[in-house]
Amino acid sequence: MHPALSVIIFTSLSGAGYGSLAILAAVKYFDFFTLNPLYGFFSSAISLLIVTVGLISSTTHLGHPRRAWRALSQWRSSWLSREGVFAVLSYLPAGVFCVSFLIPTPFNSIIDIICLLTIAFSLATVFCTAKIYASLKTIRQWNHLLVVPVYLIIGLFDGAIFLVVLLTIIDGLQFFQLNYFIIFLGAVAGLAKILYWWSIDSTQSQSSTSTATGLGSSNKSVSMLDAPTTSETFIMREMGFAIARKHSRRLRLITILTLSIIPIIIIFLMTQPIALVSPLVLGIIAIVFSYFGTIIERWLFFAEAKHVAMLYYGASKV
Amino acid sequence: MTSLPTNQTNKKLGLVIDLDICVGCHACAVNCKEWNAGGHSAPMTDWNTYSGTETKNGEDSGAWGVWFNRVHTFEVGKGQESKTVYFPRSCLHCDEPACVTVCPTGASYKREEDGIVLVNPDTCIGCKLCSWACPYGAREYDETDGVMKKCTLCIDKIYNENLDEIDRIPACVATCPAGARSFGDLGDPNSDVSRLVEDRGGYDLMPELDYRPVNKYLPPREPQINVLDDGQPLSLVSMADNANQTEPSNNSILKWVDTILSR
Repeated sequence: MHPALSVIIFTSLSGAGYGSLAILAAVKYFDFFTLNPLYGFFSSAISLLIVTVGLISSTTHLGHPRRAWRALSQWRSSWLSREGVFAVLSYLPAGVFCVSFLIPTPFNSIIDIICLLTIAFSLATVFCTAKIYASLKTIRQWNHLLVVPVYLIIGLFDGAIFLVVLLTIIDGLQFFQLNYFIIFLGAVAGLAKILYWWSIDSTQSQSSTSTATGLGSSNKSVSMLDAPTTSETFIMREMGFAIARKHSRRLRLITILTLSIIPIIIIFLMTQPIALVSPLVLGIIAIVFSYFGTIIERWLFFAEAKHVAMLYYGASKV
Repeated sequence: MTSLPTNQTNKKLGLVIDLDICVGCHACAVNCKEWNAGGHSAPMTDWNTYSGTETKNGEDSGAWGVWFNRVHTFEVGKGQESKTVYFPRSCLHCDEPACVTVCPTGASYKREEDGIVLVNPDTCIGCKLCSWACPYGAREYDETDGVMKKCTLCIDKIYNENLDEIDRIPACVATCPAGARSFGDLGDPNSDVSRLVEDRGGYDLMPELDYRPVNKYLPPREPQINVLDDGQPLSLVSMADNANQTEPSNNSILKWVDTILSR
């Protein structure tokens, strides 16, 4: 599948934004540590901003961005529509959650409900984003059990690193529990991706040129002799993106290094008093690496996905 | 509403394509473009129409555009046993069209009354998700209009009361010079098309994906005569071998021609 930049930016940014909102709301709800109101306000406000940038980016690949509001209507059947609905709904609790840090309220139970709603809507939006891909039977590499968990874990991971960095900026403080949580998420994300790649490499599609045309049999192979046109059709341009196996191996390695291993080491170093560089610098390096890793991971997610329609255009397998 | 119709009638309009007859002339694709470029889905935009972007080293992305019907060519089997099969491909108007259910706006829909799958160009936002959901590559995006387009089964022709009854069939069916395409109600087991499917073992494309396409394909027939039984040579190669061994003809005119040509 053709990796569209707007969609890569959207899924990675909104994942990180919703991830940090969900973690922040969880910290507040379970009272893991006392949140400085200023920190709470800024981190939730910036998270919402990141989410908004991501959502706007997603509309730029539309043929008619100004009709985007119509996408809220078909939540009964469409995961894309459900994603839109949750994205819009999440602004309500997340907005109140953000402002609640500035206006102290005696109604703690209301704040608790707001926290729970923020967690639920943030995670639900990322869940729906992943489901858009995971529900497509036409693409074996997407119609996979690990797609949804990986989207959620990477979102939480990127979001948590962002929260740790803001914590060192605004509070000058560190809560090592958050660092350990990031290390855990990073390790799970790395392992999940390795398992995912192993799985898509070792399984085969049920579909083939033979089933696509109905012409093959056990002793008759089917292959394309002539394409319908001399130039590339929309289908070939949209779905015909292919990546060399050699490059894919290298990019997978880069993904594991930058998404998982390097950030884990840096986040661990932040917890060590003997670290030579300040925690803030370390945190920023971790953000740069993890976000770069996320972009590569998302790019590969598209580039390695093979659509069954390409069987009509000469693909020998999908 | 992109949920599938709950009170769908039994009527399932669709096509039956006979791969035994198709000669790969592309007339269906061309007449489809001709009709639809002026109909419900108009315009069907083309880009780089005159391939004017050719670079010095001869590379050219070529002319391309929106087509609802494409004719592919496949080779079935290998070597001497191989067979060339022309394969027209268009929307199959599935009973389980994921292209419809994934649509976030309701622009894609399946008609209750006859099962035709359509796109409303006024509400389509051009997100292209429907084209991802279609295994058959039937939907094509119009970059100029910013909306997705697809085969309408010539909805503006088959119900068009300004046309004579005989002309109320899809453009691809009307134009096929070989009679490889038939149109009718595949939901009615007694219709001509259903009988044709029954008689000839019509089948679904990619049945494993369970989209339950309405359109059916008829397989190429097996050869009735074995060429070897008829005393014909097995292959062109052996024909050429035999040609070498033939004695020069005694016909004097042919001898003279042979001498002239051999000089």
